[in-house]
This record gives sequence, structure tokens and C-alpha cells, in this order.
Amino acid sequence: MSKKSFGTEKAKDLDLRILKHPDSLYDHYPRKGENYQKSTHYCAGCGHGIIHKLIGEAMDELEIQDRCVMISPVGCSVFAYYYFNCGNVQTAHGRAPAVATGISRAEDNAIVMSYQGDGDLASIGLNETLQAANRGEKIVVFFVNNTVYGMTGGQMAPTTLVGEKTITCQEGRDPTNAGYPIHMCELIDTLKAPVYIERVSLATAKKIKQAKVAIKNALTIQKEGKGYAFIEILSPCPTNLKQNAFAAQEFIEQQMEKEFPVKNFRNRYGEVKPIVKPESDFSIETLDKLFNVDRNEDSGYVDNPDLEPFSIKISGFGGQGVLSAGLTVAQAACSEGKHVSWYPSYGPEQRGGNSNCSIVISGETIGTPVVDEMDVLIALNKPSLEKFSKDVKEGGTVIYDSRIGEFTTDRDVNIIAVPCVEIAEEYGNARTANTALLGVLMELQNTLEQESYENAIKQMFASKPKVIDVNIDVLRAGAEWLKNNS
Amino acid sequence: MSNQMVKGNTAVIIGAMYAGCDCFFGYPITPASEILHEASKYFPKANRKFVQAESEEASINMVYGGAGTGHRVMTASSGPGISLMQEGFTFLAGAELPAVIVDIMRAGPGLGNIGPEQGDYNQIVKGGGHGNYKNIVLAPNGVQEMCDLTMKAFELADKYRNPVVVLADGTLGQMAEPLQFPKEAIEPKIDNSWTVRGNKETMENLVTSIFLNFDQLEDFNYEIQEKYEEIAKNEVIVDEYMTEDADIVLVSYGISSRISRSAVDKAREKGVKVGLLRPITLFPFPKKQLKALGDKGVTFISVEMSNGQLLEDLQHTIERTKDTYIVNRMGGNLLELRDVLRKIYEIAGIEDETLGEKETTKDEPVELNPDLVN
Repeated sequence: MSKKSFGTEKAKDLDLRILKHPDSLYDHYPRKGENYQKSTHYCAGCGHGIIHKLIGEAMDELEIQDRCVMISPVGCSVFAYYYFNCGNVQTAHGRAPAVATGISRAEDNAIVMSYQGDGDLASIGLNETLQAANRGEKIVVFFVNNTVYGMTGGQMAPTTLVGEKTITCQEGRDPTNAGYPIHMCELIDTLKAPVYIERVSLATAKKIKQAKVAIKNALTIQKEGKGYAFIEILSPCPTNLKQNAFAAQEFIEQQMEKEFPVKNFRNRYGEVKPIVKPESDFSIETLDKLFNVDRNEDSGYVDNPDLEPFSIKISGFGGQGVLSAGLTVAQAACSEGKHVSWYPSYGPEQRGGNSNCSIVISGETIGTPVVDEMDVLIALNKPSLEKFSKDVKEGGTVIYDSRIGEFTTDRDVNIIAVPCVEIAEEYGNARTANTALLGVLMELQNTLEQESYENAIKQMFASKPKVIDVNIDVLRAGAEWLKNNS
Repeated sequence: MSNQMVKGNTAVIIGAMYAGCDCFFGYPITPASEILHEASKYFPKANRKFVQAESEEASINMVYGGAGTGHRVMTASSGPGISLMQEGFTFLAGAELPAVIVDIMRAGPGLGNIGPEQGDYNQIVKGGGHGNYKNIVLAPNGVQEMCDLTMKAFELADKYRNPVVVLADGTLGQMAEPLQFPKEAIEPKIDNSWTVRGNKETMENLVTSIFLNFDQLEDFNYEIQEKYEEIAKNEVIVDEYMTEDADIVLVSYGISSRISRSAVDKAREKGVKVGLLRPITLFPFPKKQLKALGDKGVTFISVEMSNGQLLEDLQHTIERTKDTYIVNRMGGNLLELRDVLRKIYEIAGIEDETLGEKETTKDEPVELNPDLVN
């Protein structure tokens, strides 16, 4: 550059402008350790240095340095935290958008920048990339596309061009074996949430200026909290692509830009409003209200060594109210301060037909909540009766729906066949047959108060208040039936 | 009484919210999904943050990001999902980030099934990811502890800046018991000295696990070993039940320890001096307590729903294999009381015909609905 073309003053201005180091980048790099703290770890001719500078300048100009968190991925830019003078987080390979999500959700005011290469973003982290974009996270993703893995030594990347030679496609990328280059901007442009999507190039000084504008636009969106922005930067990797400076520039302009057109895909900056998340509420008042905790009542247990563990199994078809009947008994015991456990069969059995639950009530700490041998079996269908009646303890009781038919055993077991559907139908709701059986249990076993059962029913059906009364009527009718038939 | 009947999986979320957990990131998997459901229901109601992630890998990395800000964050999953998260565990440990992960164990290996098991012991207690790290591991055995130990997990995570795992199983997640709600709600204070929060105070900070210099990384490794020793010294929690005069001591955690406790009561009725040592922290492992019993010459039975993973740690701790036994089930089958009693009586030389043949009762085969496997 000859002095002729610029006046002295002008040249000074130009020098000042060019040489000023962005505050958002460190002057020297102590995190690098050891020597050479003035130079970066990047190879000569690498695009990362330029991109770092453009981002740093945009951070300065937007005055957002203190709000910024830079995420260093795995790849050549794994050491981005050497250079960016802001909060830094280093992450696992491909996971930067997920990490960015975590940071952004926890700190609403943070400006989160995910800086990733093509292997990291478009290969191992493709899912995280697309999903974070699709959720419209308040993050900016800088995607450095140089068509090759850098740090690991020049392997084929998802963006490697057809015919381009790398160490893992030495004859050039062959689509029959390795498919075609992935177009990330185009892919992300299929999603609705992103606010800003642009592909830029570092091929020439002019294009670098345009890249700066796009980067600044994306960071402006972050500054205002407007949502997701994605900037793809076509960047040289002369070392791994074995190019000199001219060849690198030519490669970007003549080949990469043909495959990956440089353009703005989307800019909804003017349409979208800032997203502001409300402050988290940690107050005990809010939580107590949320979980219906009454601090005026006593909590804890009323221990009673005389009350031996008493076990019940309730079993029937799914939909017969097996689990809710069990929970009603458990809730009744709970409200009296008794120790109680309720354990449902879960998984395949739940939907495959039969369903059962075990309840243990005790005056002291309960050991196993799993009932292998029970004091009372309540069977709502025949398979349950057949499967579990043999597990009823000597001296125990089987309560079952009389429609199943006659059932006898030569063991010392009390058998009670209850016309529970008839009882329920008297009150106009056959679906309360399970409650009729609970009424029988209540009358048979006076461990728990009638009031506790009735309160438990009110709680169980709190969301369906219409059926509370009929259930209480049927409960009482079940108890009455046993009184009249024993 | 203000106790409420609460399911174990729900109790985890109650504990988390009273502990001041700010963000939940998770992915569905049976039998841990209710934790995700409850988080999605309750977190937004207190303006806490909830994200259903695209995978367990994403969940644990969202946890990593959130943990880096110093907010209390968590995730929950089950075996196959926990396996996927192992990368995140080692990164959390390497970057010294506090986080809580709940593992509601199911049966493995592979896709296995959704029944309860304790086969994740090694991958959680030994650290399933790469490198010389450890998780702090808490093992609840009831609904109250599902809540209380989740709270405790956040406290320990912050105290040691280390991942803490609440290790439970399908049974504990699904069962309901009365819950006494936490007495206080915590509003955690964030330490600006190491966190990265996108503000002026934390601008200089860096969250990372890279040490290019071998000597520096070695130093770091020694430092975290010192931290683990500190944890081992200070944080052991153990529950001993009737071990004082015991000739036979059952060693058992989680749901197995509930069955073991019943076995102790039953066997005591027959005059057999049996006790139960229940590690509540699996790392740190209650070495001192086990060693003391071991030195007294007691016979041990490891009662576990895994292939001797706990037994190995027991034997290693007491420095003998003699007079150590195992009672176990796997594959989604719960241990039964009679399984444990049979072994106790066999060792004590007592006959009990009511326990039946040695054959353990197998459930009838169940047609597996493929929808339910994940």
C-alpha cells in the first residue's frame, strides 16, 4: 500500500481503526499457558482469528461484553476461551447448543454464543443443533464451515464437497459412499422458530465486512433477547486442505460458495418481540399452596406398637378402580398418622389387563411394601382370585365380587362374596362397585375410622366432586351389607 | 395429620422444589417419567424452568450449562438413559460443577425391561464415564427419603461442586407413602467466584475440564481425589438396625433394604440374631461401620437386586470373602421376603417349612407391549 493513495491524516485514522484491538478479546492469552501468549494457537491463514475479531468488535460496538458467555466446543475452536474476554464455558463434542440452552434458561439476561465447527455442529451435534433452533432458544450459533475436521487432522466433514479430498476420502468425497454436503442454513430455514439465518464468507475483504454486519445483526437480536440466530461462515483451512493463501481464497469463492450460496435466509428482527422470562419464585408460601400443605396441622406419625403390619392386596382388571381403591385405604390410614405404604403393579400389566396394588398399614416403620402374603385379598375379577387367593395368610380374608361365582378353599381363610355391583347399582353408579368392597373392608377391619375413609374419598375425587356423595353412600352400604350378612 | 400420600417419583420433585432447584431438564423413560411429568407440571407454576430435552445427552448437557451458572439444576432418568448421560457425568465432575441426577433403576442390560433392579450400582457408584472421578451417591429406601435425600443431594452438590446421584429403583418411584413436607424452602445463593452467568461479576470465569499440560491435569486429578477423601471422611450416612448383637448382618440399600428390614424382624421372632446395615450413601461407602462389624466376625449377606455388585464392595471393605453370602434377584423381579429368610435360616441352621422349596416364585410371563419398553 503506497503512501500516495492516502493522506497522512487519513492513513493515521485507518491505522487506528484497523489496529484497535477489541476490548472483548484479550490483549494477550495467559490461559494459553507457557510461551507465545501474544499469538493465537490457530494456523497461518485460518479463518478463526478473523471471526473471533469480528465477533469481538461487534461485542464492543453493542456494549454487551459483560453479558456475553462464549461456548467453546470441541474442534480447533476448543480454545476460544483463550481469546474472548467474557464468561467462558467449554463443552463436550457436539453438545454446545444443549449447554447454551441450559445457560440461557438459567440466566435470562445472558447473551449466549455457541461457536462450532462443521464436525461438531453438523455431525455429532446435529440433533442438538436442530432442536435448539427449533425451540427458538435465545442463543446465537456461529457455525464455522471449512469443509473439513481441523483439530483431529483433516478428516471428511458433513460439509466436505463432492470430490474434495480429505484424509478419510483420499480419492475425493464419493456420494455413493458418503452422501452429499449438508446445507445447514437451508436445513434450519425449514424450522419456524429461528429469527435470523445468514450464510457469509471470508473469501475477500468485502465479504468479511458483510460477515461482520451479519454477526452484529445476530448479536443485536441477542442483546434485545429476541430469539435464535444462526450465522454460517465459510472459512479457510489451508493447513488441512493443503492450500496456500490464494488457493484457499479461490476454493471458498469458486467451490464452496457454489455449493453453499452466500445470502440471508431469514431476518425476522423487526417482527419479533423480546422474550422475557419471569423471575423464579422460591418462596415457601408459593410451594405450600402448590402442594396443598397445611402448616397448621401436625405432621408425622402416631406410633402404636400394638398395631401389627396389616397387608391388603386389591386386584382386578384395569379400569375397575383397583389402584384408586387402594389409594383410598392408604389415604385413610395416612390421615390417622399411621404408617402405610401403597405399591402398584406397573408397566405391561397396567395396560395388558390385570392390575393390582398392595397396601401395608402399621403402627411402626414398615419394612417391605411388597405384599407376598396378605391378610386381606380384594378380588374384582376371576384371574385375580385364582392368582392371589393362595397367598392369603391362614386366618385371613378373601373379599370378592360375587358375580365371579362360587369360590371355596380348604385352607383356614374367611371367604366373603359381595354383590358389590348390585349394591353400587342401587345408588345408580355401577362404577362404584370397588367402593362397596371397601365398605366391606371397613366394616370387617376396624383399624381405620369411617370418617377417615370418607375424607379419603373426598380427597380422591376432589377433581370430580359430583361422584363424592355416591361413593360415600356406596361405602356405607357395603359396610351395612356385611353387618346384615355375617 | 398433614401428611400426604405421595408417590416416590413425585416426592423427588417436591424435594427438588423446596431445595430451590431452578431448572429441570429431562427426557421420558419408564419408570422415571413421572419425575419429568411432575416437573413439567410444577416448575412453571413457580416460574422455575423446565425443558423437555431431545435426548438424555441433551438433558445432561443442559444440566452442565445450567450448573455452570450456579443455579440449582437437575435431571432424572433410568438405566438406558443414564448410560447415555455418562459423558455428561464425567464432564460435570471434570469441570467441578454441582448437579443432581436421579436414577430410577430398571432391569438391564440393554433395553432390558421396566421392572425394578439395582444393576446400575457400578455405573453410578464407580463412575461410568472416563477418568478418575466419583459421583456422590445417595440411596433412599422410601418416599420420605426420595424427598429428603433429593434436598440433601443439592446441598452436597453445592458443597463439593460435584455431581450427586439419587439412586432409586422402579419400586421406590412408583410406590406411595405418607410424606412430611420439608420444613423450609431454600432460596440458594449463587457463588460468583467460579460461575459463568453473563454478568460483570463473573466475566473473568471459565468453566472447563481441559488441561493440556499433563502435570497440571495430574495435579487436578490429585486435587479431586483429596476432595473425594474429604467427602468420605465427612459425609457417610448409614442406618444400622439391630446390628449391635447380631451374628448375621444383612447389607442392603434402597428397596432391597426394606425387604431386609422385614426379614430382620421375622428372623428375630425365631430368635436368630440378625441385623441390617443400610448404606444411605453408596459413595461414600460406610467402610468404618462395615469394618467394625467385619472385625467382630459377623456373617454378612448382601441383599441386592444385582449380580453381586454390592457384595464385591462389601467383601473388599471387610477384606474377606469368607462368611459372606448373597441373596439377589434380577431381571425386574423383586426380592421376596422368603428369599431372604431362607438364606438366613440356612446359615443359622434353622428349618422353616413354610418358606417352601428353594425355587423362587416366578411371575407368569407377560406379553410385552413394545410401546411400554421406552
